[in-house]
Amino acid sequence: MNKEMVEKIKNNPDYQELVSKRSSFSIKLTILMLIVYFAFILTIAFDPSFLGTPLSGDSVTTVGIPVGIAIIFFAFVLTGIYTKRANSEFDELNNKIKESVREEI
Amino acid sequence: MISRIFLLLILGAVSLLAAAAIEGEAMQRELNLSAIVMFVIFVGATLVITYWAAKRTKSAKDFYTAGGGITGFQNGMAIAGDYMSAASFLGISGLVYLNGYDGLIYSIGFLVGWPIILFMIAEPLRNLGKYTFADVASYRLRQTPIRILAASGSIATVVLYLIAQMVGSGKLIQLLFGLEYEVAVIIVGILMMLYVTFGGMLATTWVQIIKAFLLLSGATFMAVAVMAHYSFDFGQLFAHATELKGVEIMSPGGLISDPVSAISLAVALIFGVAGLPHILMRFFTVSDAKEARKSVFYATGFIGYFYILTFIIGFGAIVMIFKNPEYLDVAKQAIDGGYPIFGGNNMAAIHLSHAVGGDFFLGFISAVAFATILAVVSGLTLAGASAISHDLYASVIKKGKVDSITEMKVSKAATVVLGVVAIIMGILFEQQNIAFVVGLAFAIAASANFPILFLSMYWRGLTTRGAVIGGGLGLATAVILVILGPIVWVDILENETAIFPYKYPALFSIIVAFIATYIFSVTDNSEGAKDEAEAFEAQYIRAQTGIGAEGATEH
Repeated sequence: MNKEMVEKIKNNPDYQELVSKRSSFSIKLTILMLIVYFAFILTIAFDPSFLGTPLSGDSVTTVGIPVGIAIIFFAFVLTGIYTKRANSEFDELNNKIKESVREEI
Repeated sequence: MISRIFLLLILGAVSLLAAAAIEGEAMQRELNLSAIVMFVIFVGATLVITYWAAKRTKSAKDFYTAGGGITGFQNGMAIAGDYMSAASFLGISGLVYLNGYDGLIYSIGFLVGWPIILFMIAEPLRNLGKYTFADVASYRLRQTPIRILAASGSIATVVLYLIAQMVGSGKLIQLLFGLEYEVAVIIVGILMMLYVTFGGMLATTWVQIIKAFLLLSGATFMAVAVMAHYSFDFGQLFAHATELKGVEIMSPGGLISDPVSAISLAVALIFGVAGLPHILMRFFTVSDAKEARKSVFYATGFIGYFYILTFIIGFGAIVMIFKNPEYLDVAKQAIDGGYPIFGGNNMAAIHLSHAVGGDFFLGFISAVAFATILAVVSGLTLAGASAISHDLYASVIKKGKVDSITEMKVSKAATVVLGVVAIIMGILFEQQNIAFVVGLAFAIAASANFPILFLSMYWRGLTTRGAVIGGGLGLATAVILVILGPIVWVDILENETAIFPYKYPALFSIIVAFIATYIFSVTDNSEGAKDEAEAFEAQYIRAQTGIGAEGATEH
């Protein structure tokens, strides 16, 4: 990639939009995942009895079971949310950028 | 010529297996005939695939990336196949069987790295790289030092992981098939060398996909069979399990003792996955960033589903295997008391397969466990061989001036060397305590491979000097802290107290790596450093858009 092309793409509003939107989306989702996971791990480290509380008076199933399974689902759902938006919105922007420099490639 | 060698090697492997099977009848555990038959069918099918793949593997690109034409779904399945090792299938279900809830905590840790790989790593990795993650790390930095660092990190991770897999496989196969330990290790080593040298990434990928399918099907059957006993009501299953083992199994137990260990383990798992060379390499088998992203989506789904199954399987084993006289190891009980099962807690899932599906299904699950080991060691060996041939030979020694055919030949030779090393290590480490090995592999991946890869993609200020010193210190810190920690210093070297008190060093070694990389980058005022910063813009554009990225080969 030569300097001219770098400058051209850098100044392309679609490129700027793609980078800013995707970066902020990725960072938000990453932080969300880390918060959920570390909240879980630190709960175990500082207050393990919380996850061991029974769901109801006569049940042996504890709070920890639905919470644990929910984190697994949450991780998968997050990848789904990202993939869906990237497949449509981000890829559309990206195609526009590629189109704009097609002749030079 | 090639097909003749291929045939010869197959005949060798088959006769070894047959000889071993006959010899195995003399062993104390009975020979599992249905397991052997199913395993031979699996090996036969995968060798046919290898033969088919060998004819399509004509260049280095084919060898390393299967031509780059694997779809996102296929690659997602193959990644899951790489990641769901026999250790995680048997180990996690065994941990659930032993401690209940702790097993779930462990598996969640192994899963949460995946979304982060998707958000941060997968797409730029695919856009910038060609065959190995070192391609990305060295994209705008000096080739020789960065390749040597990345290859050291890759080879260290791969060899440690291989030792763990080989020792585990030898013991497992000894138990399941009644084969001798050494024979089992040699068979695994030979088959793995066959798949990788002849079929390259294409054969390895399909072995992973088939194995992932078999493992998920088998585990689904077991989980459904367990749940059917309790009219698909978790409440009833848990109620019965707590009657047998007490209510403690429903809460967090001793897995995580203090906050520092908890965070350190979490850091090792999350960032370790993003630094495993055999996982990273899989992203180069798809055609573009879009398929790379889809791969992670499917892989996360398969792996998450698998961990839910292992949780059910572990509880199923509590209700069906625990205190069941059929699986009780009476000899061991006489010495240690309690209710030990044959082969130890890690055999819980294997015994459960017998309890829900009889001898035939036990044979199936045993064969799947064997197939799992083969698939995982193949992926590892291919990644290690690529680090040797692509990073060290082609880029460092030959400075990139090497043709594709020669590079592929070197890679095949490296595969054979790694295979032999794996067999020898597997035999040498049979009686050793290898509990620290996988932890160390994850720690190195998290503190040497991951920081360099991540910073090279996102930080303009990264220089060669910073990366080499930071990555090198991260690697050294991880190794030293594991040696000084409780597992090696106390349990293996038999000292009184550990110099470093925590089992998991990643939190510390990853911080060392990032800080050292930062300091030695920002203080680097060389001309080279200036050029490296200037080259960042073009690299970032390619990482973000895929303009100029490697495409798939046409066949």
